[in-house]
Amino acid sequence: MTDSAMTPDEHRRADEAATGPMLAADGRPLKASLNRALRRQKLRAMMLIAPLLIFVLVTFIAPIADMLFRSIENQIVSDTLPRTTTELAEWDANSGDIPPPEVFHALFKDMFIATERKAHTRLGSRLNYELTGVSSLFRKSGRRVDDMGEVYQDQFEDLNGFWKDGENWSAMMGSGSWLSAMGDWNGNKDAAQPIFEARGDIASTLPETTAIYSEFASFVLSEEDNVLTEDPWAVVYAALYDDLANGADVSGLSGNGAAELQEAAAAVAAFETVDFTAAFADVDEDWHSIQVWETIQTYSPNFTSGYFLNAVDMQKSPDGPEMRPENQRLHIMLFGRTMFMSLVITFSCILLGYPVAWILANLPARTANLLMILVLLPFWTSLLVRTSAWKVMLQQQGVVNDTLVWLGIVADDSRLALINNQTGTIIAMTHILLPFMILPLYSVMKTIPPSYLRAAKSLGATNWTAFWRVYFPQSVPGIGAGSILVFILAIGYYITPEIVGGTTGTFISNRIAYHISSSLNWGLAAALGAILLAVVLGLYWAYDKIVGIDNVKLGG
Amino acid sequence: MKLTKTLLATTALTVAAGMASADGHMASEMTIVSWGGAYSNSQQQAYHNPYMEKTGVKIINDESSAEAVSKLRAMNEAGNITWDVVDVVAADALRLCDEGLAMEIDADEMLAPAPDGTPASEDFGDLLVGDCFIPQIVYSTTVGYRTDMVGDTPPTSICALFDTEAYPGKRALEKRPINNMEWALLCDGVAKDDVYDVLETAEGQQQALDKLNTIKDDVIWWSAGADTPQLLADGEIVMGSTYNGRLFSVIEEQKQPVGMLWDAQVFDLDGWIIPAGLSDERKARALDYVYFATDTQRLADQSKYISYGPARLSSAPLVGKHAELGIDMAPHMPTDPENAKNTFLYNYEFWADYRDDIDAKFQAWLAQ
Repeated sequence: MTDSAMTPDEHRRADEAATGPMLAADGRPLKASLNRALRRQKLRAMMLIAPLLIFVLVTFIAPIADMLFRSIENQIVSDTLPRTTTELAEWDANSGDIPPPEVFHALFKDMFIATERKAHTRLGSRLNYELTGVSSLFRKSGRRVDDMGEVYQDQFEDLNGFWKDGENWSAMMGSGSWLSAMGDWNGNKDAAQPIFEARGDIASTLPETTAIYSEFASFVLSEEDNVLTEDPWAVVYAALYDDLANGADVSGLSGNGAAELQEAAAAVAAFETVDFTAAFADVDEDWHSIQVWETIQTYSPNFTSGYFLNAVDMQKSPDGPEMRPENQRLHIMLFGRTMFMSLVITFSCILLGYPVAWILANLPARTANLLMILVLLPFWTSLLVRTSAWKVMLQQQGVVNDTLVWLGIVADDSRLALINNQTGTIIAMTHILLPFMILPLYSVMKTIPPSYLRAAKSLGATNWTAFWRVYFPQSVPGIGAGSILVFILAIGYYITPEIVGGTTGTFISNRIAYHISSSLNWGLAAALGAILLAVVLGLYWAYDKIVGIDNVKLGG
Repeated sequence: MKLTKTLLATTALTVAAGMASADGHMASEMTIVSWGGAYSNSQQQAYHNPYMEKTGVKIINDESSAEAVSKLRAMNEAGNITWDVVDVVAADALRLCDEGLAMEIDADEMLAPAPDGTPASEDFGDLLVGDCFIPQIVYSTTVGYRTDMVGDTPPTSICALFDTEAYPGKRALEKRPINNMEWALLCDGVAKDDVYDVLETAEGQQQALDKLNTIKDDVIWWSAGADTPQLLADGEIVMGSTYNGRLFSVIEEQKQPVGMLWDAQVFDLDGWIIPAGLSDERKARALDYVYFATDTQRLADQSKYISYGPARLSSAPLVGKHAELGIDMAPHMPTDPENAKNTFLYNYEFWADYRDDIDAKFQAWLAQ
């Protein structure tokens, strides 16, 4: 500090340094004692709001955060096809060749395990969002993958009956401590089955077999079957073949299965092998399509921007993000329409609600209360009932059109199209959201003293000037509050546009609902929802900058 | 003090009641999910009531079938499945099966054989779609028209939908590509057997949309099954697509001036699935219910209350008269030979693959 003058705070500190801290009655420093009292107060306050805070966190923030997280989450690909995605990482999609045999080999193992776990169709429907046809490709392959592995299984079993029996396998693969633990457990339904543990020397000589057998064991365990007696999957035989064909040295092994392993090691050279690249093409030609592999590779990472790109009508391509073809662009247009129509609805609410609120605020209390009930009455009626009522009112053979025809305003053969289009949505939503505009306006207008208007007039203002220069500026906070309420509610509306909106009057939320409940593409729904949330927050921020959030009043 | 006591007592009572109901659920209650309305009523009469009488199990109805897929997924993620048996259309059953949310079914082991001993898998035949689906009824999506608005020549072909000169006026079509795309191609000169081959290609999809484009301004798009019957009854539309059971009720029960086409009706299936991951006890009971509710007699009984065809071959001869109207139900079944001269079987595999892709194009086209 260059200035030599001391602030009061520094003075106090200097005093303290000279005389020691000021003490409270109990001899403790006053500062500490004060801090403690304050802390206790804060803690008590926190405890009082804790139930609400926890409630909001658990029932509101956490689910929303979880849902939004889905817009980038993409673990399913690498979880379901771990080996394939690792092998595929080095493949270059632009080379024009299909992936090397190792990839198909890995695909066989992953696909087999996924099929047993019934996870392959799930992945198929996930990837089908990105490339049409993957769903049936995976479903079809799941049905056939069992046959591919049987080639190895049959040969091992023909070689020696030892390989047919699940008990021989578990005795060979399991560690001594696991086997004795299994003996103690002895199929007891009430106790938990011990978790499989592989034998050390087998694990080091036959790594692939051990890895796949362990997956098999954990699957059997999760199905609550007995790992000891269950016959292993065909893919375990294929893995054993791989290990032996790769020259695993089983000569040093002893114990369960050692003799059979040595016999098999000598025999595998003569085994018939499976060309998985051809086998998968045999299931479906699409396995030799570059596009399929490109999609799997593009969506291998645990997180993806794919959903967000889709939400703004873009897609991933080998050369980075690009716009979707013209005939599939939908979302940006829907976002734009949602904003535009919400604005129109907000303005109609202001236009219709302002005079009503003014009358309510200026009538004697008894009449005002009666009218207030009329405003609130629709509020207490079910949303669906109100919307369906609009359907009856607005359709071409409906009340409004019938009246207009009867009055001779429109001809019978050119009745107005008031529903199943934007007009319908605007009319119905303006009506439904009107109370949200009237109530804040009313509560603000109630606080404007009528004497101000009289004073303005007595000073020579015309009715219009008195209103526009004196009354209106004071009611702006009510308009602000009402507009925010109506606009934010409108932007997320979905039932009313769905029922009366036809095709030109639907909102982005209808698309979100479709992806949540029909297409099950929750990732895309989450991305659309996240964008919608960001837009609302952005608008709120802009509103605060332009009008000022302090200028918003919800009540007197 | 008194308040505290009352509160405590209430809490204790609530907890006790909650536990009792939880126990009760395990012992003698099951929740069955269906579509509501006349359809649920037909199930109540034909399946639920006799089953409750026979076993003493209390059946709780939940009308959430329209959101079954997403709700089951949410339940599965929450690890708390509260439904025991769920009524869904076959396409949803396929999705649930793909997602691992529905239990796989072995028809011969889990379902009753026909009275003559034919195993269930043969009795249901091709209708056993996917691995998890237990078929119940065959319904069809077809077209109804106002008899007083079509002049002297009522339509006989599905292509009347696209003929705005002979049949001016609004039409109602479902707000999704399924069925509409097939009909569009059919009326654009594509042979019935080639429809899905054509629809696989981008050009074929464009061709269907182009055909639909010729009537786009005349179409009201519906999303709830009750829309078309209401629009027909109000005279808002000259014709519209909906389920055959809804048309039956408009024509025969409400006596509206409405006629219906059977031409190019699209067959679809509705049936049960059992959610995956039920406890052994609940699974056993769900299977017991399904065994009972899908036997030959029970399926035939349902057609007394609603004009949907039983999914078993062996049930067809047992279809009788409507429970209240007393009219013969057989001629109103979509599967009746007279009605089934020109039909279309919804291609599940195709739509499971192409649904997302074509839907995106369809919605983009709608919004233009």
